[in-house]
Amino acid sequence: MSLEKLKNRDVSVDDYINIFEDEYPKTSWEQFKQVLRRSVKGELFKGLGIVLNIMRQALFKGEMQTVQYPAEKLPISPRYRAVHKLLALLESGENRCIGCGLCEKICIADCIRMDTRIDENSRKEVLEYTINMGRCIFCGYCAEVCPELAIVHGGRYENASEQRAHFALKEDLLTPLDKLKEQKEYSGFGAISPDADEKIKKTPLSY
Amino acid sequence: METAIIIETIIKAVIILSVFAALAGFTTYIERKVLAFMQRRLGPMNVGPHGLLQLAADGIKLFTKEDFIPANAAKPVFMIAPIITASTAFIAMSAVPFFPEFELFGYTIRPIIADINVGVLFVMGVASVGLYGPLLAGMSSANKWALLGGARTAIQLLSYEVVSGLALLAPLMLVGSLSLIDINNYQAGGISNWIIWYQPLAFILFVMAGFAETNRTPFDLLEHEAEIVAGYATEYSGLRWGMFFIGEYANLFTICFLISLIFLGGFNDLWFISGGLAIVLKVMFLIFFFLWTRASWPHIRPDQLMWLCWKVLMPLAVINILITGFVMMF
Ligand code: SF4
Ligand code: SF4
Repeated sequence: MSLEKLKNRDVSVDDYINIFEDEYPKTSWEQFKQVLRRSVKGELFKGLGIVLNIMRQALFKGEMQTVQYPAEKLPISPRYRAVHKLLALLESGENRCIGCGLCEKICIADCIRMDTRIDENSRKEVLEYTINMGRCIFCGYCAEVCPELAIVHGGRYENASEQRAHFALKEDLLTPLDKLKEQKEYSGFGAISPDADEKIKKTPLSY
Repeated sequence: METAIIIETIIKAVIILSVFAALAGFTTYIERKVLAFMQRRLGPMNVGPHGLLQLAADGIKLFTKEDFIPANAAKPVFMIAPIITASTAFIAMSAVPFFPEFELFGYTIRPIIADINVGVLFVMGVASVGLYGPLLAGMSSANKWALLGGARTAIQLLSYEVVSGLALLAPLMLVGSLSLIDINNYQAGGISNWIIWYQPLAFILFVMAGFAETNRTPFDLLEHEAEIVAGYATEYSGLRWGMFFIGEYANLFTICFLISLIFLGGFNDLWFISGGLAIVLKVMFLIFFFLWTRASWPHIRPDQLMWLCWKVLMPLAVINILITGFVMMF
């Protein structure tokens, strides 16, 4: 692109595409001619041809759009923000959450609620952790803010259930102990980027 | 002799009733499937293999659904209207010869219930009486959409009826008979004898009128879901609604048989294909064509239909008749 072209801010003048407008028939004779022209031009039959072609492609070339939904599911993007998952520590199977409360603070729908206490080792222990899925807007802030990658968004998007209580049980969300070896480090929403190591800078404390 | 004819007629009537009622049901399945393929969908899949049992499921649903009659409806009319549609659709079939004559146990069977010598007139007349069904249904439903649907029925009836009658006149002048069997026999000499070659304009006009008569898509003003919810059938449910549609599909078959009999050589043998099969193939193709147009063509407005029928198609039909008359005279 030349400099002049770049400097030309008046983009509305050139390269303007005029939408072609039909000339509407005014008299009945013109109307009749339009009908005749359109019938002779065979636009209708062109339409028939297109539809038949689509049918041929669908039937014989497998270009069917239908997904047999419950049996067959479309892949969703890894960054899709579906129902939360609470990840477990790989070493112990314990919940990763350190009870910092950041997610509770940041949640704009005010749907995370947690109870903590200081345990015997003067560490924070999470007693209750609930997410009210009826209020959650799936904004992803909680997963973004969590320093421990304890709360992330999973891929379970079929949220229908008979009871609200189903949506907030920690047992449903936390990786169960026997499935621990299948737990993958999360690459979806809220995960650190793959090149996080390079980006990270040492804090002044370690000098 | 008398009793034999009566028994034969009753048997034929029962066969036609059951075959076409079943076919009407099956056509709904075919329609859904074909339309689905034309839109890159699968259509019914879950009930039975490829959704074949969907028919039975729909039937059970229609039979067991509540028979709903709105509070302010004109009750008797509301209840009778679907019966008019369904019964006239089947009555019209009584003068249609479906197949060539064949012999069964040394007894010649003519697959027509009543070979009356005004067959075409009878079929067209009864079929257009069938439109009283939607008309009365729409007027008696105490529902705005239904009323609009009923009004559109009247518009449609006024539009196509004159075209279909005039379009048929020219081929009838050629044949010189109103009996569908005579019309069929007129085209006995193979493809080159088909009336469509002598009367292409009449063929096109009649097919267009047929679309309007069976209210298929470019002209389905009665039940235009996009504009008037479900038109005349808005308040109907269950079996009464089903009867409207049995009638509509039966009408579809009648019109397809009429088109094939009058213009496409009827049940005469086609090369090596025997007559009975030939007409079935023609009817099947026509039905497919009806579905095909439903998938591809847009609707038109009621005023456009009326404009088209009265200002374009009717003059064309009259000109066609005049030309046919002059050609026959000289
Ligand atoms: S996704 Fe948003 S709304 Fe839902 S719990 Fe997390 S922060 Fe709250
Ligand atoms: S932000 Fe993470 S670590 Fe902190 S309380 Fe929430 S889930 Fe636990």
